[in-house]
Amino acid sequence: MAKKKSIVINKKDNVATALVDLKTGDLLDEEFEGESKKIELKQDVPFGHKISLTRIEKGEPIIKYGEVIGTATELIDEGDYVHIHNVKSNRGRGDLEGGKE
Amino acid sequence: MSFLGYPRSDGQVGVRNYIGIISTVVCANDVTLKISQQVEGTAAYLHDQGCTQTPIDLNTVKKTLINLGKNPNLAGVLLVSLGCESIVPEEIESEISKAGKPVKIINIQEVGGMLPAIAKGSNIAHDMVVEASKIEREEFDDSKLVIAVKCGASDTTSGLISNPSAGAALDKVNEAGGTCIFGETTEFLGAEHTLVRRAVNKEIGEKIINIVTRMENRTKRMGVDMRGGQPTTGNIKGGLTTIEDKSLGAVVKSGTKAIDDVFEYGDKVTKKGLYIVDSPGREPEFLTAAAAAGAQIIIFTTGIGAPQGFPFVPVLKVTGNPNTYKKLYDHIDVYIEIPEKGEDKIKGAGEDIFNELKKIASGKKTKSEVLGYGQFSNIFTVGPVI
Repeated sequence: MAKKKSIVINKKDNVATALVDLKTGDLLDEEFEGESKKIELKQDVPFGHKISLTRIEKGEPIIKYGEVIGTATELIDEGDYVHIHNVKSNRGRGDLEGGKE
Repeated sequence: MSFLGYPRSDGQVGVRNYIGIISTVVCANDVTLKISQQVEGTAAYLHDQGCTQTPIDLNTVKKTLINLGKNPNLAGVLLVSLGCESIVPEEIESEISKAGKPVKIINIQEVGGMLPAIAKGSNIAHDMVVEASKIEREEFDDSKLVIAVKCGASDTTSGLISNPSAGAALDKVNEAGGTCIFGETTEFLGAEHTLVRRAVNKEIGEKIINIVTRMENRTKRMGVDMRGGQPTTGNIKGGLTTIEDKSLGAVVKSGTKAIDDVFEYGDKVTKKGLYIVDSPGREPEFLTAAAAAGAQIIIFTTGIGAPQGFPFVPVLKVTGNPNTYKKLYDHIDVYIEIPEKGEDKIKGAGEDIFNELKKIASGKKTKSEVLGYGQFSNIFTVGPVI
């Protein structure tokens, strides 16, 4: 059996995780919302990093482990590399609430 | 099922038999280190605290030093004091003595400086080691195990395989009637609801929420986005995008059992079951909290490759990252391969880690012990140095 190139941890997830270094144009066989689909990578994605399984609008949640791990800061297309350049955290955000020191 | 450990008069069981050389203040570290280097069979505990801090932090430091001294892996303790520090060494001595082990103090200012302190301290430590070496290992039931779990230098593989496997091992300790400890409260942010669901009752669930809110507020008070600090630059390089991403992969190292209670930093855990000790994620401070809580061994999962051990508590390194296992082979004790789709490896991996724990409990050395990595520890404080 060929080594799987990516993994989706929970059925609710809208991102997959790369299990090898992936290149632009690579095809992933993954499931999203119960349907099998082929996802073409729009950028290179290193081992352990995330790929979008669908179009995610700016302001929508990123779901991994079936839970919200952050919010899209721009439109993320299917097959896009998902990381700190297009996702913000919703926790520990002292910059949003103002510091006291 | 059983392991071979050292009996202690307070009913605890040690898996190592060191004399702890413990600084009561940062200013004594140089002498502490020299004594421990001179006398085989000792373990030095060095830290940055113990003076010119607010009483809140001094109380935490005092409690932590007492409970480190009570750790079952120590047969006796030599406290190294400068002499003028805020911490009162005699108070620590009297509390550790209640565990039924010998405790002595060497006071650098009183004995006339560094050289006499090293000489006299080494003499005391020498005699204590000879005495401790008479204690023999005996067979104990697995219910005497006290095991802590931590993750460090995490990457995506931590949440995928090494943390759930560590959790499965912790479940086995729990089922055997032992004590299980975890913490790293910052790495509950975004995953705290999954822990609250496992709390034994509503009150413990509220305690979990309270320590998470308190830790998050300390961070927010600084007026910045904490990303870069948590998750760290290395976590981000390893594929973890936000603290929520890191936390959801981190909390599974605590297994699946009910969470019985929440303790403050530096507290000792004396009951059977699964407990949280409020603590930050950084290694020197968390490993100290685990040792103070009474852990005999710490399971430590890593993605990118954290090398740290602890002076008198064996630290068992587990990774699921194949590249790290190859590159940092000298630091990794157990490697678990990421499973193929549909393949359930976690239970088997948990059993492997549990079996390894028992070998280590009976005397097998971990790689961090062999290398002596982990001399520099610290105690978590929340206020300023004043």
